[in-house]
Amino acid sequence: MTTSTAEPMRLTTSVPSSEGPWRRAGHQFLRQRSALIGLVVIGLLAFTALFAPLLAPNDPIGVLLGKEAGIVKRSGPCVHLFGCPADQPQHIMGVDGNFRDLFSRIIYGARLSLLTGFVTVSISLVLGVLLGAVAGYLGGWLDNLIMRLLDVLLAFPFLLLAIAIVSILGPGLLNAMLGIAIVSVPAYARVIRASVLTVREEDYVLAARAIGVPPVSILFGHIMPNAVSPLIVQATLGIGTAILDVAALSFLGLGAQPPTPEWGSMLSAERNQVFTAPHLVFLPGLAIMLTVLGFNLIGDGLRDALDPRLKR
Amino acid sequence: MLRYALKRIIVALPVLFGVLAVTFFMVRLIPGDPCTAQLGEKATPQVCASFIAAKGLDKPILVQFGVYLGDILRGDFGTSIRLARPVTQLIAERLPLTVELGVFALLIAMVVGIPMGIIAALRRNSAVDVLTMVGSNIGVSMPIFWLGLMLAYLFALLLKGTPLQLPPSGRLTSGLTSVPFYELWRWPVDLKAGLGQVLQFFGNLYLFNSLLTFQWEIFSDALRHLVLPALALGTIPMAIIARMTRSAMLEVLGRDYVRTARAKGLAELVVTMRHAFRNALLPVVTIIGLQLGTIFGGAVLTETIFNLAGVGRILFDAINTRDYPIIQGFTLAIAIGYVLVNLLVDISYGWLDPRIRY
Repeated sequence: MTTSTAEPMRLTTSVPSSEGPWRRAGHQFLRQRSALIGLVVIGLLAFTALFAPLLAPNDPIGVLLGKEAGIVKRSGPCVHLFGCPADQPQHIMGVDGNFRDLFSRIIYGARLSLLTGFVTVSISLVLGVLLGAVAGYLGGWLDNLIMRLLDVLLAFPFLLLAIAIVSILGPGLLNAMLGIAIVSVPAYARVIRASVLTVREEDYVLAARAIGVPPVSILFGHIMPNAVSPLIVQATLGIGTAILDVAALSFLGLGAQPPTPEWGSMLSAERNQVFTAPHLVFLPGLAIMLTVLGFNLIGDGLRDALDPRLKR
Repeated sequence: MLRYALKRIIVALPVLFGVLAVTFFMVRLIPGDPCTAQLGEKATPQVCASFIAAKGLDKPILVQFGVYLGDILRGDFGTSIRLARPVTQLIAERLPLTVELGVFALLIAMVVGIPMGIIAALRRNSAVDVLTMVGSNIGVSMPIFWLGLMLAYLFALLLKGTPLQLPPSGRLTSGLTSVPFYELWRWPVDLKAGLGQVLQFFGNLYLFNSLLTFQWEIFSDALRHLVLPALALGTIPMAIIARMTRSAMLEVLGRDYVRTARAKGLAELVVTMRHAFRNALLPVVTIIGLQLGTIFGGAVLTETIFNLAGVGRILFDAINTRDYPIIQGFTLAIAIGYVLVNLLVDISYGWLDPRIRY
């Protein structure tokens, strides 16, 4: 065991014995600088998503041609304070190819981004938990069947399989989320199954079975609590991945359809203009990156806080 | 070890069969039939009936599956409905580009990622370490398609006119053609035969082919075209590899045998590479093997951005035009590659760590 932690601060941690495991994990989490940065990023994102109508200067899908004097298609950022001529309308992130205010679109995009992340992960969590718990708890041929099926899913490149699923379901944001969710199921199912297997033969589970507790109660009351912390970590990291992958599907035209202000499809719509109007590609991509980074930092922090064996 | 490899291949067979079955039935769930998808306006009921009969799509689905399985076992991957060419031939044409791109990307990822991870671990909490960790966090959070476009903007536009200028699309500058070695050496090759397609595959690996035949101009041009897409594709694996190398090294550097090696006066480089890194390799190799999925998935995006006609592109197009044989054939080829690489990774464990017995 190395006495190693990323931050020297944690070395001095002395945890009062009266603290519960969750409180302790919370303290551990908040002691990490990177996790705090992640929390701040996602906090800002949530704030933006919540108050989008108040923050956005324009309608995210409203075309400004003919409504605003002097508006120029795909013009770069214009801030009057920073020397942009006063006769040009102010658009702090510029104007897109359809005369829409990019800033407003990016702000509304925060809503979709958070939504895709949470919905996608929720779907895969439910499916993964069900499959993994059943496989791990019942064992036998059912376990074999489920795990081999999941192996088949894992034999495909992640994104290609998602593309195939979305083309069956038809393009659209909801179907893109479903596609990514289905492809992510094996990861969750494996985490759950592993946790179930480690505690299935513990004395307290055997005791519960002996006094006649129904299997479903054993599963959710006695076994699942042991799997909660790896699941939380997996899910948090999964949100970042899901946002990234749904954006990729939107980029390929399989996810959100125009004029929806979704970052991936915004970027896709202007990708041929990257040499003439780079801000239209740069800014939506930056928004995706920061969001994913935020969730990844939180996920890493949670892993270090929740799993004492994984301290690095 | 041979027995272990055989055992692993046998265990992989059901998974491959599953892949076959899943692709076969899944592509038939895609709404819309190949006839209307490809003939468009011309797809009258009469035309479609003969079209579907000609392709054998009117037989019961299980019969179609049986026929398909038999064909696969004989090495016949079917004929593309849209392009009217054998799928194996298309694989021989398209796969080399993606293989070259993927290998190059993985190479960049390893050559940069591993040393970065080692140095970060050796100088823990130093500026290099912090930079590596911040960089790898950002690396795994970047959308590939965004990174690719930004690289194109930077190297094709901003750096235009400097020696660092790089082409943002295609495999070769127009006007240049890569002559396959078998044509150059006038081998009597039947490109339709199995062996011919294997030769065609190697001939289409532009870097390999131009090295083999000393076409230096082609080599450097192909290499320059490959740099940007490979950088875009390699960044996420690079970040993951750097991170894994760092944590594996940290784990090993605290061990007694490392202290002993230092105590007996070995040079720091020997301690780092022979004693520490050698023992940290196992998790690093595992994670490198796992990157193959990221690479193949990312290839679709990279090939779209850099206008490359590789596997990712043809698969994406085939899904849109319901070209069943292409989807099935290429997916199978990719899945086989997957299984083989994972097999190699597993077998390499025994070589990396002689304590492991199969």
